[in-house]
Amino acid sequence: MLDAIITLTRKEFRLEWRQRSVLGGMLLYVISTVFICYLSMRRIVDQPTWNALFWIVQVFIAVNGIAKSFLQENRGRMLYYYTIADPRAMILSKIMYGLVLMTTLSIIHLGVYSILVGNPVQDFPMFLVAVLLGSLGLASVITMVSAIASKASNNVGLVSILGFPVLIPILMTTIRFSKSAMDGLGWFVAGKFALLLIGLNLLVSALAYLLFPYLWKD
Amino acid sequence: MRIAGLQWWKWLSILLIVYTVWQGMLVQVPRLPILHETIRNLFFHVTMWFAMIILMVASIIYGVKYLRHGNILDDIKASSCIHTGIFVGILGLLTGSVWAKFTWGDWWVNDAKLNGAAATMLVYFAYLVLRSSIDDEQKRARIAAVYSIFAFTLMLVFIMILPRLTDSLHPGNGGNPGFSNYDLDSHMRTVFYPAIVGWSLLGAWITEIEYRLRKANHLRSNQ
Repeated sequence: MLDAIITLTRKEFRLEWRQRSVLGGMLLYVISTVFICYLSMRRIVDQPTWNALFWIVQVFIAVNGIAKSFLQENRGRMLYYYTIADPRAMILSKIMYGLVLMTTLSIIHLGVYSILVGNPVQDFPMFLVAVLLGSLGLASVITMVSAIASKASNNVGLVSILGFPVLIPILMTTIRFSKSAMDGLGWFVAGKFALLLIGLNLLVSALAYLLFPYLWKD
Repeated sequence: MRIAGLQWWKWLSILLIVYTVWQGMLVQVPRLPILHETIRNLFFHVTMWFAMIILMVASIIYGVKYLRHGNILDDIKASSCIHTGIFVGILGLLTGSVWAKFTWGDWWVNDAKLNGAAATMLVYFAYLVLRSSIDDEQKRARIAAVYSIFAFTLMLVFIMILPRLTDSLHPGNGGNPGFSNYDLDSHMRTVFYPAIVGWSLLGAWITEIEYRLRKANHLRSNQ
């Protein structure tokens, strides 16, 4: 099982590396989105706005970057995976891949965003934890929703329609968590949000693990 | 067991709802600042959310049953539960909105519970969109079941936990006293609990009617 997950995850990265233009496209997407934020807002002094805008951009990065994880697979290749791989290893490897991709993009996003729009965060390590946990949540939810949408009528629009409402729990917790990090409230206040976020992430992964086999067979 | 052609629990539902409406208007309520007589909305607003949560859990259970056994009737049950859940949810939003206007001063306030309710409604509508985008019956049933289990389980956890972590205008959160402490006195309890059962049974009744209608259509189209 573990071997299968590792092999499948490596396959995802190799596929990604072969299509470097897609990777560059995503990078450009991040930079140009932040640049638009900068052009329209300049420096953001208001902290809740800074935080909200950061996470809204994060959501769109996630939808754009990860929605394709199942949508790009064509029917024949899916059939091939079906014969050689365990569906549970498949979904976990996709989530792993989404997590790494999303974390990388988030860090780049945070860097560019800080340079252009400013960085009022007081407790930076805690904010990084919030970004990591939030990215994990975004990645796992969008991966699962992408699997569902790929079975319906292959379009990216459906991913956002199905995904945004499901993202709200994770997003609202993350925004509160990162806001307490910005205010430097300390773990005593923010700890409960971190725990809830970890719990939600585990729940999403567990549900994906249990439900994906049913999605898989056609 | 049937009484005069109607199952006993449907009679119970009629009885309890008549009792709720009648006693809900007349029962002695505590005189509280801000709330005043609007506290009677408890019997009509809070009970809607109870009914919605029950229908939501029922649709998750039928979804799991469908995935285990592949019986299309379970899928019809699950989606009927969801349709009634949307109806009850909209009623809950409307009654809540009226209540909010007269106690908190606005039709919509920024509150963890309200946002949770709105998010739940969004999931409901997304479920409808998903169903309408798939033509094949078995495939639609399977994918809709997967989505509803995935989304509603997350929602349930969310609307149970997050309001407890943050301040809320609703009673029982963030320093606001809960109804259960002293507001909900023994007089109100005699109406509140029957009201929950009555409205939930009515929800089940509506669901059953839709289920039977769709089952009949399904059987006829398969002949």
